[in-house]
Amino acid sequence: MKIAITVSGKTLDAPVDQRFGRAPVFILYDTKTRSSEAVDNSQNLNAAQGAGIQAAETISRLGAECLLTGHCGPKAFRTLSAAGVRVYNGASGTVAEAIAAFEAGKLAESSGADVDGHW
Amino acid sequence: MTVAIASGKGGTGKTTMAVNLALSLQGPVQLLDCDVEEPNCAIFLKPRIDASESVGIAVPHVDETFCDACGECGRFCRYHAIVSLKTTPLVFPELCHGCGGCALVCPTGAIHEELRSIGVIEQGVRGSILFTQGRLNVGEAMPVPLIRALKKKKRTDGIVLLDSPPGTSCPVIATLRGSDLVVLVTEPTPFGLNDLDLAVQTVRTLGMPFGVVINRSESGDDGVLRYCTKESIPILLEVPDERRVAEAYSRGETAVEALPHMRELFGIFAARITAELEACRRTPLPAAGR
Repeated sequence: MKIAITVSGKTLDAPVDQRFGRAPVFILYDTKTRSSEAVDNSQNLNAAQGAGIQAAETISRLGAECLLTGHCGPKAFRTLSAAGVRVYNGASGTVAEAIAAFEAGKLAESSGADVDGHW
Repeated sequence: MTVAIASGKGGTGKTTMAVNLALSLQGPVQLLDCDVEEPNCAIFLKPRIDASESVGIAVPHVDETFCDACGECGRFCRYHAIVSLKTTPLVFPELCHGCGGCALVCPTGAIHEELRSIGVIEQGVRGSILFTQGRLNVGEAMPVPLIRALKKKKRTDGIVLLDSPPGTSCPVIATLRGSDLVVLVTEPTPFGLNDLDLAVQTVRTLGMPFGVVINRSESGDDGVLRYCTKESIPILLEVPDERRVAEAYSRGETAVEALPHMRELFGIFAARITAELEACRRTPLPAAGR
């Protein structure tokens, strides 16, 4: 299974970025092969609007089934839900720590957005 | 002919200039409050509003029975107002600019447009002044379509004054386009000067004739005066910093009605604007756009 994590660096020891739409990088992690790749999201950093929607499109296109992030706004959540991506808000620490918490079942799946847009 | 009253900085006195000028000009005058996010000319002009109409923008509506989830609509929309992820598209009406492109590119004809109200246009009179204002619905993010609809109410005879929103962004450009003359209102402070310079760069980019009004003159420094001299920008009016003007304002009264010497000052200003417009008429603008 592929999971996507919002991150402010490009490696597994970089911290989880609390923002979803405007995180500079997504790390795509394959739980089966334990391999990861960094996907650039910097085009969304300065978007006036629609950053969450576009980021959700990216995540869906990458084939991720789950998203680990800090917070997720209403438009992003609606788009991710439509694409069938499960969202886990409240991830923190490094990317490796967030993955470990997810695999240990310590992250709860979110049922909705936990912040307003442009928080 | 159309005169837009604009400024870089907010709170410099655009509305004060627009309303007092409207009351001072000879002949038919129309005042359009284009600051649709917070129109306030009516507070001072106190017109009798006797017409109101809703303004909407066309947003997509997807008929699921015809949609084959091809995703063309989502690929076309640069504002991500419609998104298709191998599913029936999601529509985010508040992000839609109403261009209609998604309906055009849809190969199965599954998308039609429906009007979504974004605000109202209200019209009324005060004496010989025709007053028209736009009011954007609270929470609405896009004033430009309403400003464009409002400007379609411009009368073709006499002088039309536009009270612009502050700043230099899209709503300001939408207001300024097509005007014959721009009046930039500023205050003699470093903040006033900084934002005046931004506004000057904007109107120069648009290629429009303009001049400056210094409000509350001599209350700050001489930076604005030196800037205007250096840049060869005409100063159309200086309004002295007076407590009596502020007191009248705080009561919702206009300076020209409350203070005789202000009536005199704005009479001179009105004559200057009329003369500037006459000069603009003789040398028509190069393609002014919308």
